[in-house]
Order: sequence, then structure tokens, then C-alpha cells
Amino acid sequence: MKNLFKIFSLVILFTGSCLTSYSAEKVEYLKTDWSFKGLFGKFDRGALQRGYQVYTEVCSSCHSMKYVSYRNLAEKGGPEFTEAQAKAIAASFEVKDGPNADGEMFTRPGKLSDKFVMPYENVKAAQAANGGAYPPDMSVLVKARGGGVDYIYSLLQGYEDPPAGFILDDGVYYNKFMYGNKIKMSNQLSDGLVEYADGTNATVEQMSKDVTTFLMWTAEPHLEARHQMGFKAIVYLIILTILVYFSMKRIWSRVETKV
Amino acid sequence: MSDHDYTPKSKAGKWFNDRLPLLTLANHLTDYPTPKNLNYWWTFGGILTFCLITQIVTGLTLAMHYIAHADMAFESVEHIMRDVNYGWLIRYIHANGASMFFLAVYIHIFRSLFYGSYKAPREIIWIIGIIIYLLMMAAAFMGYVLPWGQMSFWGATVITNLFSAIPLVGEGIVTWLWGGYSVDNPTLTRFFTLHYLIPFLILGLVVLHIWALHVPGNNNPIGIDIKKPSKDTVPFHPYIVIKDGFALLMFMIVFAFFVFYTPNILGHADNYIEADPLVTPAHIVPEWYLLPFYAILRSVPDKLLGVVAMLSAILILAALPWLDTSKIRSAVFRPLYKQFYWILVADVLILGYVGAMPAEGLYLLIARVATAYYFLHFLVVLPVLGLKEKTLPVPLSITEPVLGGSPNLATARNKESLK
Repeated sequence: MKNLFKIFSLVILFTGSCLTSYSAEKVEYLKTDWSFKGLFGKFDRGALQRGYQVYTEVCSSCHSMKYVSYRNLAEKGGPEFTEAQAKAIAASFEVKDGPNADGEMFTRPGKLSDKFVMPYENVKAAQAANGGAYPPDMSVLVKARGGGVDYIYSLLQGYEDPPAGFILDDGVYYNKFMYGNKIKMSNQLSDGLVEYADGTNATVEQMSKDVTTFLMWTAEPHLEARHQMGFKAIVYLIILTILVYFSMKRIWSRVETKV
Repeated sequence: MSDHDYTPKSKAGKWFNDRLPLLTLANHLTDYPTPKNLNYWWTFGGILTFCLITQIVTGLTLAMHYIAHADMAFESVEHIMRDVNYGWLIRYIHANGASMFFLAVYIHIFRSLFYGSYKAPREIIWIIGIIIYLLMMAAAFMGYVLPWGQMSFWGATVITNLFSAIPLVGEGIVTWLWGGYSVDNPTLTRFFTLHYLIPFLILGLVVLHIWALHVPGNNNPIGIDIKKPSKDTVPFHPYIVIKDGFALLMFMIVFAFFVFYTPNILGHADNYIEADPLVTPAHIVPEWYLLPFYAILRSVPDKLLGVVAMLSAILILAALPWLDTSKIRSAVFRPLYKQFYWILVADVLILGYVGAMPAEGLYLLIARVATAYYFLHFLVVLPVLGLKEKTLPVPLSITEPVLGGSPNLATARNKESLK
């Protein structure tokens, strides 16, 4: 048994060292309380809905979100708009479809089953419109950056005047959280930029938090289900382990060897 | 199994067993006499079997939804994560399962190193194990390429490029591996095919690994030969089955924690960026379980010699039964070897650490020293140690260490605590 604890603690140690070494980023990101962290972490429904609003009104003019569908907006564990709201949102976008019976492409209002409409036809068009820089697709952006949500949250608030002597080319901006401090996206957020439907005060900090929460959901749409199932699975495993432990003790008591 | 006199009780059973002795096999597996002093380090064989089966089952399910095409692979993985029922669960089990598999295999290998399980008469078990380990690395590497993220693409580029170090034919081999002049769709489809094939090769080798094990029987913490069956052994079922089961459940708790709460911690963020042949990531790092060998590769300034060093680091293990000249198996009775053993463990961990760091300055120096020591351990320390070391007296049996009035009782008693 002593030995077993040795093994178990070794494994925990390994886990711990992985966690620390992977999170050992040099930059200190801005901290905020994320409702979706922890064993029972859930999304803040209001933040998701507000975050969607920030994404649509601000980000989506350049950043696509090609793996997310309008129907997802009404699904459990997401912003949980009503189906009618999600339909209305979808219908407010023009979707290119076709070819029809005459062989023509046509546009129609979006449906729930459509993916989010992309701001540009393709990567080249996006680059051409943004001075050569491609605004990355935002579907899994949070998972595609080392610092995750903290990084995105900080980046949005990290615009500053460059330190003296720091040379910036045209169309490049200074951001203290960006790798190399040079970013091709200008500061997009300013206080009161959007008018939240629920009356929340739209400060830069609030908008950053809301839109980052929204991005976490688009990257991990099943996060809530994962946390819920994980808790049940681990509790189940612990109970079963205890039962098996006592059965094992009982069985091994027939031979005079410790287990 | 010729030493096995087993007759099924029922007539039908006997009829069947005379034609195909599956029942004899089942009886052999349940009755298999196992040393009763096996500690929890011995439970990782069962855990590894579980890992392999988990990878195969989840892998089959993923393959039903995955599309092996350079333009669609990344999207199909996102499709699995979002739209396939419990697709996220299956994929996270599969991705983290690879790490868990390697964690378990490293414990299994280092257990063998500590207790001398590779020594006669178990050399074939050991060598089959090394082949399994090599195949695991190949399978894991190719599996990491399949999502077609940035690390997939660039990892594949770096590793396949190693073959270009071979004189004269190197470049040709790389083109042949890629199926073209760069890592592209043909590379992806062949990697998918091989990634699907290798686990079944491993499964076959696991059967051989266990078969070869069942000839001499298990080694044990005190490393002595035991009579079977005897007071020193217990039948595999129920004693070892329940003990393995208990350890497996503990393992599954850790596994579940990764899958449900930090599913991406062991992966690299860059792999959530779709592969782009025009953009090279700042640091190309392999998965954690390949890092020690990556460090060895980079510690040698010459490309060809680096590849040779990396391969030798693995293949040298196959020669271990002959490099270790000591007659005593278990490190319990080898005070000096025990110290060198822990130095080797530290050495490999250090190699893993520097493998994750940029190959420059102090890191490179540490990598070089650690690489040199790694080979020194196997090529110099082990052969010399076996001849020079003064070992402790070894008990005669597990239960009756004092037979014949040997002075080993105290030793055997003390070693109880080492279990």
C-alpha cells in the first residue's frame, strides 16, 4: 500500500510538473475570474450573449468563425438564445447558396444549419483587405494560443504607446502582451463601443471579458457537459476503487502477504 | 502448456476442447502461478493492455468520422469535436490516452530496469517489449500528424527529414516517404494507413510478449527463481486480477482528470492552428514522451551522427541483457547499481526537460553531458558494475528466506519494506 501511494504521488507529481512547466509563460497576463474554470465551471450565460454581440458588432468584420453554426447559439451549454432568436440572428445574414435549377448561384437569408458567414471569400481576400495580415479564424483561437483565455483577455486591453525608441512600421501597433509586442490589429475596443441589450456598462474590460468567454465557448462548445460528466465519472471511479480495494483486502487475506 | 492437465467437466466442453483447446488456455491463464510478492510496479502490464485496447476502440470510432485529406483533416477533427455525439470525449480520450500509454510504458520499462526483469531467461520478453515501444513511438508520431495542425505538419517535416541524413540515398528516401517533394496529402494518407495498422501489430506483439512471459513466469521484487506452483505463488485469478484491477482504477482516475479537466495541457497550442506550409512555428517540439530522444538528436552537431545517436539510444536497450553482467537481478541486492539506476532516471528526466527547451547555450551543454552519461551508463557502468559490485546476500525463497540457516533472514525482512 505504501508503495502504491508512492506511485500515485509520482503520477500526481508528473501531472503537476506538466501543468507548471506548460503554464510557465514569462508574461504576466491580466487576471480575472472565469466562471468556466474549476470542477463545476459553467459559462456565464449573460457573458456569452454579450460576447456574441461584441463578436458580431466588432470582430466579425474581419475574423471568420467557420466551424460554428447558428444553431449552436441555441444549444444547451452555449449562449442559449431561444430558437426563435437564433433563427432571427441567422436570417439577418445573407448566405450564398446554389447552384439552383438554372445553374445560378443565389443569396438567401441564413438558416440555423448554416455556419457563421465569413467576412471574406478566402484567405487571400482577407489578407488583401488587411495589409497582408490574415485575421485568424476565431473558432478555436483560444486553444490555439499558449496563454489561452488569459492571453486573449489581456491582449485586447494591452494596447499602449510604444516605449521611446521602439520602431513601428505603418499599420503595426504596439501591444504589451503580443509576442514581440508588434501586432497588425489596431485597438478595437473603446468604452461604450457597443450598447449591451441587457444594460451592462460596456467598458473595455467588460467587453474583453465577455468576448473572451464567448471565444472559449466557440473553442469548447461542450465544456459544460465535459465538466459535469467528468465529475460524475471521477466520483464513480473513486467509489468503485474503494470497493475494489476492500474486496482485494478480503481476497488477499487468504494468503499471508500484504497488498 | 504441455505441462497442463486440464479436462473440461462438461461433455460439450471436452468435445470442443479436444478440437480447439481454448478452455485449456483459459484455465492456464486463470491458474497461472504468479509470485505473491509482486508490488504495484508490476500492475503496469495490465494497465498497458488497457491503454492499448482503449486506443484501438477510440481510434476505430474516430476513424469513422475523420477524413484523411490535407484540405479536410483539420475540419473533420473540429466536426468530431462539435457535431459528433460525444466526439469530444472520444477524441480527448484518444489524445490523452497516448500520453497515458507512454507514462505507463515508461514506468513499466523502468520497473524492468530496477528489478532486472530483462535478464536470463527473459531476454526475448524484453526484446519484444523494445519492439513494441518502437512501434508505439511510430504510431504516436503518425497519430499526432493526423489532425493536420501546425505542429502536426512541422513535426512530420522535421522527423521525416531526419532520413535525409542517410548518405547517398537519403534524399531519395525522404521523397519516397513523403510521396512527393514535401509533406502533403500523400504523406497524410499513408500516415493514416500506417497509424491504423501499427496498433494491430502491437496487439500481436503483446500476445507474444505475454506468451514469452508465461514460459519462465514473472520476475519478482527479490529477483530470485521460484518454484511454481508453490507457497511462493498465487493463482493469477483472483489474486492478481483484483490487484491489477485496483491499480488500473487508480490509474483511470488520473486519466479521467486529464480527459475531463485539462484535455489540452499535454498537447501544443499550435496544433489548433491549421497546417500552413508557408509559416514555420517559432519552436517545433515533439510530444513530451519523445523529448529525451529529441534532446539526444539535437545534442550532436552532425545531422547523421545525431540520428545515429538517437536510434542507438533506443536500440542499446535491446542489448541490455548482455551489457548488464551482474548475475543478481533485483537492485534490492545491488547497492551500487541502485544508485546508478536513480542517476539514470534523473538523467532521462533531464534529457526530457532540455528536449523541450531551445537547443542553445546552457541547455545544449546540459543535453550533451546528459547524452554522454546515458550511453556511459549502458556501455561502461553496467558491464563493469556487474563484475566489481559486492552484492547483498539473496534469500532462497519468498516465504522461507531462512531455509538452511542462511544468514539472510534479516535482509529478507528488511526488504519487506521495499515492496
